[in-house]
Amino acid sequence: MGKIKGAIIVDTERCKGCGLCAVACPLHVLELTKREVNKKGYSFARQIMEDTCNGCASCAVICPDACITVYKKKEE
Amino acid sequence: MTTNDIIKPENLVYRKPTLLNDTPMHYCPGCSHGVAHKLIAEIIEEMGMEEKTIAISPVGCAVFAYNYIDVDWIEAAHGRAPAVASAVKRLWPDRLVFTYQGDGDLACIGTGETIHALNRGEHIAIIFINNAIYGMTGGQMAPTTLMGMKTSTCPYGREADLHGYPLHITDIAATLEGTTYVTRQAVHTVAAIRKTKKAIRQAFENSLNGQGASLVEVVSTCNAGWKMSPEQANKWMEEHMFKYYPLGDLKNLL
Ligand SMILES: Cc1ncc(C[n+]2csc(CCOP(=O)(O)OP(=O)(O)O)c2C)c(N)n1
Ligand code: SF4
Ligand code: SF4
Ligand SMILES: [Mg+2]
Repeated sequence: MGKIKGAIIVDTERCKGCGLCAVACPLHVLELTKREVNKKGYSFARQIMEDTCNGCASCAVICPDACITVYKKKEE
Repeated sequence: MTTNDIIKPENLVYRKPTLLNDTPMHYCPGCSHGVAHKLIAEIIEEMGMEEKTIAISPVGCAVFAYNYIDVDWIEAAHGRAPAVASAVKRLWPDRLVFTYQGDGDLACIGTGETIHALNRGEHIAIIFINNAIYGMTGGQMAPTTLMGMKTSTCPYGREADLHGYPLHITDIAATLEGTTYVTRQAVHTVAAIRKTKKAIRQAFENSLNGQGASLVEVVSTCNAGWKMSPEQANKWMEEHMFKYYPLGDLKNLL
């Protein structure tokens, strides 16, 4: 059976940098920016590990501002 | 397989609920209100009730809920949401009618309206966001504030002789004959969020099917009022709030 691979898109302008997605991700795919901020002045979440996400959507489910879109696909 | 192969409409597993519009929510970063809003939007969408829902918003941080979830709303005077919901549901029995209220709104100024609407068995759902504090006005003590918990009006911690005891209004609700479903949930983990979603769905179906009053308490954080980071607030809630407000169904007659 093929491996499941996931991908996320963070709406970084909607993000408020609460960090709850990074806490919820079991694979530690996300991190908050340290210097860069969005137009609201918040740090924002971004994917730091390419290729690791399995599309479980924990980050997206926990995000209070509905900033994360999740996709997943089985590797052929 | 590249990221571009994965990011395709047919592979979508989670997106912002369509009923949640693009208006940025004014809630503080990490606030439980946002998660609760998302669940409500998802459920109404899944039930196909977008055009047949009437929600009542409170006074409190959720006062602007009508700006975010795209259904019909009425903004009630502080604490009076259950009375407004009772009237709406009686006049319009085929609608899904629910209130969305904080603990200051529901368990302080609106205690009377809450208890009587539940006791009358109005066919409404009440979503009760209990963060044990008045979030909107700057973190004052609420009837739900825990013993020893510090707020801006009890900076040395709540004391029984001065402030009385935390009000367990959900437990009271479960003793009333008009309630069919009373539950206490939370939204701090993915598993908890899934359970809360099921609970709100049941409460909404009870309203729609005219099966008496339902109360879903969501034990919540107010990280700004508690003066903690969102992550710390979730931990603090698990350690302290759940002792006073244990999760689970208190009553389910259906
Ligand atoms: C009649 C009246 N009394 C008092 C207030 C001030 N007030 C605004 S919100 C609020 C309490 C909100 O607390 P809660 O319902 O717990 O909501 P939260 O902000 O914590 O979500 C109070 C006392 C008011 N707006 N109207
Ligand atoms: S949970 Fe949402 S708002 Fe919070 S940091 Fe992650 S993407 Fe941003
Ligand atoms: S004050 Fe508290 S309840 Fe209000 S938005 Fe901020 S964290 Fe949420
Ligand atoms: Mg409150």
